[in-house]
Amino acid sequence: MKKEGLIDHESIGHFGGVLTEAQKNKGLLIHSLQSIQAIHNYLPEDELKSLSKNLRITLSEIYSTATFYKQFYFTPRGRNIARVCTGTACHVRGAVEILDALKQEFKIEEGETTEDASLTLETVGCVGCCGLAPVLTVNEEIVGEVEEEKLEQIVDQIRGDNGGSNEEA
Amino acid sequence: MKRLEDIKGLEALRKKLEKKTFTEGSKRVHACCGTACMATGAKGAIESIERTAAENKIDVEVVKTGCQGLCQKGPVMVFEPTGYFYQKVKPRDAEKMVEYSLKQDIPYRQSLYRKDYLSQPVEKMEDIPFYSKQVRIALRNNGRIDPENISHYIAVGGYAALEKALGGMSPDNVLDEVDKANLRGRGGAGFPAGRKWWHTLSSGGDVKFVIANGDEGDPGAFMDRSIMEGDPHSLIEGMLLCAYAIRARYGLIYVRHEYPLAVKNLGIAISQANELGLLGDNILGSGLSFTIDIREGAGAFVCGESTALVASMEGDRGFPRVRPPRLSEHGGGVWGYPSNLNNIETFVCVPPIIEKGSDWFRSIGTENSPGTKVFALTGKVKNTGLVEVPMGITLREVIYDIGGGILDDKAFKAVQTGGPSGGCIPKQHLDIKVDFDSLWSVGSMMGSGGMVVVDEDTCMVDMAKFFLAFTQSESCGKCPPCRLGTHHMLQILERITSGSGTMEDLDELERLGKLVEKTSLCGLGQGAPLPVLSTLKYFRQEYEEHVNDKYCSAGVCKGLGVYVVDHDQCILCGLCVDACAFDAVKETRDSYFIDLDYCTRCKACLGVCQPKAIKVFRNTKEAFEQKV
Ligand SMILES: Cc1cc2nc3c(=O)[nH]c(=O)nc-3n(C[C@H](O)[C@H](O)[C@H](O)COP(=O)(O)O)c2cc1C
Ligand code: FES
Repeated sequence: MKKEGLIDHESIGHFGGVLTEAQKNKGLLIHSLQSIQAIHNYLPEDELKSLSKNLRITLSEIYSTATFYKQFYFTPRGRNIARVCTGTACHVRGAVEILDALKQEFKIEEGETTEDASLTLETVGCVGCCGLAPVLTVNEEIVGEVEEEKLEQIVDQIRGDNGGSNEEA
Repeated sequence: MKRLEDIKGLEALRKKLEKKTFTEGSKRVHACCGTACMATGAKGAIESIERTAAENKIDVEVVKTGCQGLCQKGPVMVFEPTGYFYQKVKPRDAEKMVEYSLKQDIPYRQSLYRKDYLSQPVEKMEDIPFYSKQVRIALRNNGRIDPENISHYIAVGGYAALEKALGGMSPDNVLDEVDKANLRGRGGAGFPAGRKWWHTLSSGGDVKFVIANGDEGDPGAFMDRSIMEGDPHSLIEGMLLCAYAIRARYGLIYVRHEYPLAVKNLGIAISQANELGLLGDNILGSGLSFTIDIREGAGAFVCGESTALVASMEGDRGFPRVRPPRLSEHGGGVWGYPSNLNNIETFVCVPPIIEKGSDWFRSIGTENSPGTKVFALTGKVKNTGLVEVPMGITLREVIYDIGGGILDDKAFKAVQTGGPSGGCIPKQHLDIKVDFDSLWSVGSMMGSGGMVVVDEDTCMVDMAKFFLAFTQSESCGKCPPCRLGTHHMLQILERITSGSGTMEDLDELERLGKLVEKTSLCGLGQGAPLPVLSTLKYFRQEYEEHVNDKYCSAGVCKGLGVYVVDHDQCILCGLCVDACAFDAVKETRDSYFIDLDYCTRCKACLGVCQPKAIKVFRNTKEAFEQKV
């Protein structure tokens, strides 16, 4: 699985002609990291090592850049990813309560994954649906105006994903 | 479509498309497919309309538009030719709507907009107060056209400004017009776009970049997203005009990665424009060559800052740096080439300026801030969503006329403008004008246009803490004032909200805030203390209350106050007993009471009590006086 088809210099864009090779390599770094993460859901070390060879950027430099951005993860994540929006509008309309409810329900903290890998709980600073605050995203789906009932549905949906092996709290 | 070779070709194409598109009397449904409406079920509603229409053999065109603004009432849609505006459309309503409004031109009353249950429904979009006070320049096409269809854009007058510029204006004419219009940057600081363009132009050199800043990291703001999703071609046209004026060769759009639909729609728009010859080499035979690429951000608020954005595009960590060199100078822009960076909304305002002239633009808004501004009106107002208003409108008009007032008719407390680096504006300033300078004068700022309204149930100290926590966690860590100062300030705020603050803390907070503001490297640190400083200025009594009385009158902060069961309201359900982890709720034969020695004021009981019988008081004396 160590093929990096993405690293061709064409994908830097139309302006590739005005850049040096090193600039192109560097300019492709974030894009490549995004592609790797799209495949694996996180950034496996092996992939980063081969990326380092391909782009001629030291591994430490890759880590330095990757750890700066919130988008990148270095450990595998859950099958479901719930993100509670904690942007301003959602905060004002009760995002904290939703986050607390999910934390209690799944007994994990923010940024953690449940033991059975069914859920990773995260926060996000505004998904741009402030009109529907409070907002929660489950995988790619956006759930607006979250209240108790909707939350229960979501919990059930995630629990259902592991065959219901968790006992009810 | 075939590549257009010259300006005449574009003119001819528009004439042809005008005849075909949105013809008078044709049956159409303009259905909002913005992110918010999709989240509330627009897809199902549209499918239902299409199916019902097909069953009834009605020929209808469904136009899937971008955000129409009234997000909270989604999914929303407009039926043409009658113009009926429907909100909160469910699939089962959709069948009725087809039957009523497409078959026989009468409104389906159940889905029309109403102010509240008792008032008469409103039929047309223009008559809804939310829309009637708006003036749409940046959002001119949002909600009207299908963003994935370049023909729609051209048919409603898109690329006409490009046509005019390439056809009869020199690059300097274009720059002049933007300069005269005094278009001020919509991304935060309000720097005049014309001046910035001129700087970049005067740097010379063969290679220049035009960069559109679509990072939009401010939580609570989503206007740039709506434009990129709902009207991507107008951004492309604005960038093209800029490129023509400053003789730039390459364009870049930096989009937040949380906006996948924006990336998709921009991508579609760019390839359509390429195909038609509106981007690429020798555009419309004019000799202008310009290309646009998209860069996705990776989730860092600071990357909205111009120098950090450039670093991020080059593949580095998003660290801001000292200016000069400015982006517009050699060595300052992306890969060292002079670059002109503007906000999405700024670019989108350019085509109308070129088309209608700077005098027209200056006739809207105020002397020093011409034009309009899009705000994301959110928080505790009845109508939340995107609003575009002329500059100079008062805050009261925005909140009460357009926003419909405060949710549940509670009391207004403050409005927060300018995102995490903006300030809170209290009631006594509700009648100030909304423009760059007036907002500055009351200690807030325009920012990118977030407008969060808070009511009496919001604790201002908590609010300040929230914003500071955001900027603190987003601080890139390069400069100590921002990295350490915000951390320290946050600790003080934590102390205050948990009831262990002192009066000295307030002074220290103020001192630190001013220090961080003055000594930070970039706008993030310089703006971070503003929410704290402005709430300290206008709501000092709330801070003092937390410190002196150990009480939060809004009932937000945990660990403060005295919790008491109001026996008149208690229905003896006993949920609070279960909820309390500290066994503080005690039971007698015919009532419950809270043992204050055990109570940690964690608010667990407050959350479960349905009749809201648990009250929080300042102290036992006050509770006693209220006789509960
Ligand atoms: C921390 C920080 C975040 C910013 N975020 C954005 C942003 O999300 N979008 C934006 O257009 N400008 C943002 N800006 C402002 C930009 O630095 C820059 O001033 C602006 O994009 C220039 O465009 P304009 O002149 O058209 O406003 C931010 C500034 C700072 C300091
Ligand atoms: S603040 Fe939650 S969607 Fe914007």
